[in-house]
Amino acid sequence: MLYAILCYDNEEVVGGWSAETEAAVMDRLGKVQEGLAARGKLGPVARLMPTTAATTVRKGAEPLVLDGPFAETKEQLLGFYIVDCETLDEALQVATDLGRASGSAGAHEVRPLMLYRPGSAGAG
Amino acid sequence: MDPAWIDAALTSVRPRAVAALLRYFRDIDMAEEAFQEACLRALAKWPEQGPPRDAAGWLILVGRNSGIDRLRRTGREEELSDDLPASVADDEEAALVDRLDESAYRDDILRLLFVCCHPDLPATGSIALALRIVCGLSVPRIASAFLVGEKAMEQRITRAKARIAEAGVPFETPGPVERAERLGAVMAMVYLVFNEGYSAAGDDRGAREPLCREAIRLARLLLKLFPAEPEVLGLAALMLLQHARGAARLDAQGKAVLLDDQDRTRWDRASIAEGLALIDKAIRHRRSGPYQVQAAIAALHARAATAAETDWAQIERLYATLEQMQPSPVVTLNRAVAVGKLSGPAAALALLAPLGARLDGYFYYHGARGAFLDQLGRAAEAREAFTRAIGLAGSAAEAAYIRQQLDRLVAVE
Repeated sequence: MLYAILCYDNEEVVGGWSAETEAAVMDRLGKVQEGLAARGKLGPVARLMPTTAATTVRKGAEPLVLDGPFAETKEQLLGFYIVDCETLDEALQVATDLGRASGSAGAHEVRPLMLYRPGSAGAG
Repeated sequence: MDPAWIDAALTSVRPRAVAALLRYFRDIDMAEEAFQEACLRALAKWPEQGPPRDAAGWLILVGRNSGIDRLRRTGREEELSDDLPASVADDEEAALVDRLDESAYRDDILRLLFVCCHPDLPATGSIALALRIVCGLSVPRIASAFLVGEKAMEQRITRAKARIAEAGVPFETPGPVERAERLGAVMAMVYLVFNEGYSAAGDDRGAREPLCREAIRLARLLLKLFPAEPEVLGLAALMLLQHARGAARLDAQGKAVLLDDQDRTRWDRASIAEGLALIDKAIRHRRSGPYQVQAAIAALHARAATAAETDWAQIERLYATLEQMQPSPVVTLNRAVAVGKLSGPAAALALLAPLGARLDGYFYYHGARGAFLDQLGRAAEAREAFTRAIGLAGSAAEAAYIRQQLDRLVAVE
């Protein structure tokens, strides 16, 4: 079974770390990741930019593009895509197309990645 | 529970909590004292009980109760504002938080920042006050950033507070026009904080660089309050893109390194990526403004893998746009540098010629003129310009750079 592990924390606290703290935390996390990778258990690892870099596309007949992260609590996180786009507009178009195809309600939050490492788990 | 985590959490909720307390007490000192009291309580309680679900709500509530107690003890209850809800117990936290909706928070924080940039205050007073009250930096840290003694800084902050108390804090909820005006003043102040840190060089850099980080933190805060305001996006992007170059701006000897000569592998790629993401968001609104244009210029530098790949034609156009938005000889000087890259030093000098009277006391004017004259082989005039520049250098790093140009000129002759 493949599992997604979603990281939640206070971005203002994390964003306020000094360069040394940041490096120390990344180093500790890197060690855990290396162990997983060596056993072929690590899939993609991604770190998101702060929510201030997010744009949200509300699904609907007339999709609505809003600055900022997805903020409602009535819906739950059901999945995610990682897409490689040249521009924000291209990424928003992808989100709009996906929203149309799903035909359902809800939204897609488009958030640039700060870090991305493709992994190998699940490849076989 | 990690004490460092509590510290970081208290710092991150500080603007929000102090802003709400300022609305209740209408007095900066009282709001600050109430917040301090709440922090002491948090340090005593959170390690055992764990942090509350909503740290800001908890601190506002506890701070507010301690402030009310203080007023009662001193018989000054009549000073309480009508906004102040009746005293409630700590466990009613959730209900209180529901009443403090996001729009009230937004105007609270904007008011707190706006109070710091009161027109009666000198710019240095505004910045010091914002760093102390909003960011929570200690007086010794602010003093070292401004290269003044602690006592002098303490006095500067006290004077600034007294000025504001005299002028009165604007408590009414602002209308749309007023809100936009406040936001404009606050953005200018945030950029001043950034530049205080960014213009530091040499030995001062360590003490002043944190100001850049504080300014970026304030911009992110503004961005959460005004997520669809393109100029706020532009300001945040501009600072992230400039800050990304920080490590490459000085060489090992503390000498300034020009953009063209910087080691671009030392630029902070994560900061650049975030800046570019924000400017992309801003541009979608098609409502341009000075911060966005400056960020777009910084973005073009950031996108060029080498100095030779810089899109100077686009940069020249953007400076021309900025000249129209904010006419200033300094902007024209910057455009002249772009023109120099595109059309050569003679064209750049022609653009600089009419600026002489207004920029005669400006380091960069003489530095740039010297460089153009040098490129044209007019060594004697170049030397004269560089000598003028050295006399106007704001830091040892700048002076060292110009001295190097002079030495080279002498060596060539």
